[in-house]
Amino acid sequence: MAKAPRAIPDAPARANRALSFDQRMATALFALLAVLPAASHAAAGGYLLLLGERAMIFAIAALSLELLIGAGGLVSFGHAAFVGVGAYAAGIAASHGHGDVMTALPAALAASALLALATGAIAVRTQGVYFIMITLAFGQMAYFIATSLAPYGGDDGLSWPTRSLVLGTRILKNETVFFYLCLALLIASYLGISRLVASRFGRVLRGLMDNATRMEAIGFAPYRYRLTAYVIAGAIGGLAGFLLGNQAEFVSPAYMHWQRSGELIMMVLLGGTGTRYGPMFGALAFLVLEETLSRVTVNWKIMLGPLLVATVLYAKGGIAGAIDAWRQRPQPPVAAVARRRPTRVLAAAGRGLLASAGRLAGRWRSRFRFAGPRTVAAAWGAVKIACGCRLARLAPLAGRGTRIAGARRWWR
Amino acid sequence: MSISLFVVQLFNGVQLGVLLFLVAAGLTLVFGVMNFINLAHGVQYMLGAYLAVMFYGITGSFFATVLLALFASLLFGLLLEAVVLRRLYERDHLEQVLATFGIIMFLNQAVKLLWGAAPLTLPIPALLSGSVALADGLRYPVYRFAIIAAGLMVALGLAYFVGSTRVGMLVRAGASNATMVSALGVDIKRLFRIVFGFGAMLAGFAGVMVAPILSVEPGMGDQILILAFVVIVIGGIGSIRGAFVAALLVGVIDTLGRSFMTDLLRLFLLPTTARLIGPALASISIYLLMALVLAVRPAGLFAAKGPG
Repeated sequence: MAKAPRAIPDAPARANRALSFDQRMATALFALLAVLPAASHAAAGGYLLLLGERAMIFAIAALSLELLIGAGGLVSFGHAAFVGVGAYAAGIAASHGHGDVMTALPAALAASALLALATGAIAVRTQGVYFIMITLAFGQMAYFIATSLAPYGGDDGLSWPTRSLVLGTRILKNETVFFYLCLALLIASYLGISRLVASRFGRVLRGLMDNATRMEAIGFAPYRYRLTAYVIAGAIGGLAGFLLGNQAEFVSPAYMHWQRSGELIMMVLLGGTGTRYGPMFGALAFLVLEETLSRVTVNWKIMLGPLLVATVLYAKGGIAGAIDAWRQRPQPPVAAVARRRPTRVLAAAGRGLLASAGRLAGRWRSRFRFAGPRTVAAAWGAVKIACGCRLARLAPLAGRGTRIAGARRWWR
Repeated sequence: MSISLFVVQLFNGVQLGVLLFLVAAGLTLVFGVMNFINLAHGVQYMLGAYLAVMFYGITGSFFATVLLALFASLLFGLLLEAVVLRRLYERDHLEQVLATFGIIMFLNQAVKLLWGAAPLTLPIPALLSGSVALADGLRYPVYRFAIIAAGLMVALGLAYFVGSTRVGMLVRAGASNATMVSALGVDIKRLFRIVFGFGAMLAGFAGVMVAPILSVEPGMGDQILILAFVVIVIGGIGSIRGAFVAALLVGVIDTLGRSFMTDLLRLFLLPTTARLIGPALASISIYLLMALVLAVRPAGLFAAKGPG
């Protein structure tokens, strides 16, 4: 052989291609979010703004979890730990007077990435249900460490002195600015993770999910790829934690509770795995659902639980799955026939037109005969038939009180 | 660190281990036979405790309560299996986790609605109250001995059941290769129903036994569920023997760690530092143990089948 073929080609260059469906859905979501502050100030008095911030923060966390679940086949049940550790790292930095974004954010990312590296080094050696249980156990471990952090609040949590400073200013205190910071970071996470999944690395990861033995046989070490994905996802989880801590100016061990991890998985599955826009919609849907249900009753979890079971049992693929099913719905048979036998469709259309014209003419004649001197109505009908019945919308222009009003009713 | 305190804590650790074994046994069998991960197992433990409180209120007799609660746990387990879980066998683990997570949410909240959020208690039966003197100045409650004895009896019974009966043989066969067992003409779904109902009953039993010494409250199942996960990961999924060894190990290490870790650290660290990191290290000691075991044996101590 002259030249060894490349094992996995790079993703085709898409510089000139139109946006993919995923990107279009994401763009629509971003656009919707971008106008939310205006709508919030106009209508809900800033309350929507806070909900939107939380939705975007959890969307970032869900995106990073989807990288593990959807692209890596690694169901992490301890992802909330990374969010919590990120928030704690930034909070601890802030409580020691290093509250600037330039220190707090790297601290959050590094702490989460380090935790992911340490726990992932063991967890990634296993797969399937072992992986689920081990990540769950490590998540709880982080939770217990946080509850025993007596100098930083322990069980009660840690109040941040203030939101992170940007160049020494408290600009993030401005809710609108903070909202757009969340949006910008969400877009950045979306683009970054999309690029990563489409890259050679992402392809190897997906290949490992489909068939690890084959990938190993052609020379890829599963361990390194999975661990890298785990660390990246952990760091992005830390980013979400940084924002979450900033939003509340508070962090508590509850951020890392295993039920939080379960809720993150829920967002991913509610949105639909294997897509990038799905988890974002899932996070949004979850928070809106939580908000709505908790307004109905304090015991909202009693409704959320069965809803979750029903989602798993009957709504496979979540929101993205439903959208896909709708996009791939069976085409009306006419289109298929028209492609193969155009003449037959034309003939059928002609017959249909003739028949309805005949019916219309009959109705018009009888109307004319028994309506007496309603000539205006008759004339209007004639015009409508002549113009292909498309003038009904002009009728209101004629105004009330004229004879045409009766015609309008008649032709509706 | 006096010797008598150490002995008492050792017994406490064994007692926790026995309870963990009761919960983990059902979990590991269900997973072993059906490859089904059931997060709702911890809720069955909680439900056992609540049922005990309820039946004790009705009957006023502890032993009638135990029997009724066991029966109710069994029924509830079978009901859960028939209504929801049966539809999940063919699904992947992710969906099983999520659906059973939904069941946890529902039941935790339902229990809160039915019995209130405040912790409930169950009195220790008169026959098993009091304490025995093990040595001078060393007394230990009879009831905790009773828990240990009951747990060990169940463990022996299980060892006989799994090791020497026909159903037990099928369970073992199912754990090592379920497809092959069903290809040989065994109704694996029925086998699973038996195992599942039995596992639910064991978890319920653990809940009943623990009700007189712990406060019965919503969410009490979550803690033990995660500990049970650690146990079956350490012991090897699908292995009863592994679950037993790992449960005792986890119970003893966790209990001793919480009592003596700070003192232990004080031997070679400054007292303030020891007080700071002692509790943290104690609460994560079993996770460290798990990490250690997995680093050496990724499939656990007594793996019933290969990893993954």
